[in-house]
Amino acid sequence: MGRTTKKSYLLSGMLDSTPFVLIAGPFGILFGVFATEAGLQLYETMVFTVSVFAGASQFTALTLMQDHTPTLIILISALAVNLRVAMYSASLTPYLGDAPLWQRVLAAYVLVDQSYALSIAKFENEPAMTISERLRYYFGTNMLIAPVWVGATLSGAVVGSRIPESWAIDFALPITFLAMIAPMLRTPAHVMAALVGSVMSLLAAGVAYNLGLIIAGIAGMMAGAQVELMLERRGMKI
Amino acid sequence: MNTPDPIQLWIIIIGMALGSYALRFLFIGLVGGRQLPAWFLRHLRYTAVAMLPALVAPLVIWPAATGGQPDIARMSAAIATITVGLLTRNVLASITAGAAVLYGLLFLLGG
Repeated sequence: MGRTTKKSYLLSGMLDSTPFVLIAGPFGILFGVFATEAGLQLYETMVFTVSVFAGASQFTALTLMQDHTPTLIILISALAVNLRVAMYSASLTPYLGDAPLWQRVLAAYVLVDQSYALSIAKFENEPAMTISERLRYYFGTNMLIAPVWVGATLSGAVVGSRIPESWAIDFALPITFLAMIAPMLRTPAHVMAALVGSVMSLLAAGVAYNLGLIIAGIAGMMAGAQVELMLERRGMKI
Repeated sequence: MNTPDPIQLWIIIIGMALGSYALRFLFIGLVGGRQLPAWFLRHLRYTAVAMLPALVAPLVIWPAATGGQPDIARMSAAIATITVGLLTRNVLASITAGAAVLYGLLFLLGG
């Protein structure tokens, strides 16, 4: 097989990302609808989505806001949901860390589940790629997803208030999140983290200021980490 | 639904924008190739898989749309979503299953 040319790295990143359009599109529409129903103005929704660029965190923040949660707790909870991007950032560093600063500044902004998952798989499979080829591929994975996400949010926000209550759109969020969780349950440690997280959150539902979510999240993380350690000691491959 | 307090909303938007960017930039921009402690990465691995179910569980058991009363249609939809998700590992298939069960039961039960 010949070496892929520089230009086609951008293109192949874009092509590889097409299946994710089917997720980013509806998810964006859902956020737009949800934000409008929560009482946000169109421009507020759009500034939110473009500046934060993290769907799951944005949903968390809006859900907690409707529950009259103190601002600091909302911020901590929403950012905790997005802590995984710090892990992505750490894991991409060996591949992109030597790029010029301005490129890393841009790369950090578009670091999301999809761009990470596609890029890390590509970089591991093709260790001979140069830094600039890697960056082209990485930005390629975002060229479709990012505009789709923002455009979908806009259209959701515009139609938002016109969706009838009988559509039970309230339950689109739990269904979407549950669907996203299932493929993450790859190991016993992940399953334990999810179980402990959900059970703790029900038990801690009465804790003041909605702190229950943070308590449950920490408990779930610790449970996952402990199971991983236990399995490692028994010599099982995770 | 009531309108959110604009000051709280903007504090949250700006705080989250800065915070999310900091999380993304932290390693790729600042830490570079330095090694991180293993215990730290081990916990970080489970944040999403612990936080997202924790966020969803109360919404499934006590849905706001029914005034917090447990609801057969919504609970069954959640179970269908998880089951199909575990079986197929396909996000779209599992959303479709959840939506089908939700609407099917809401229709049958006259919700």
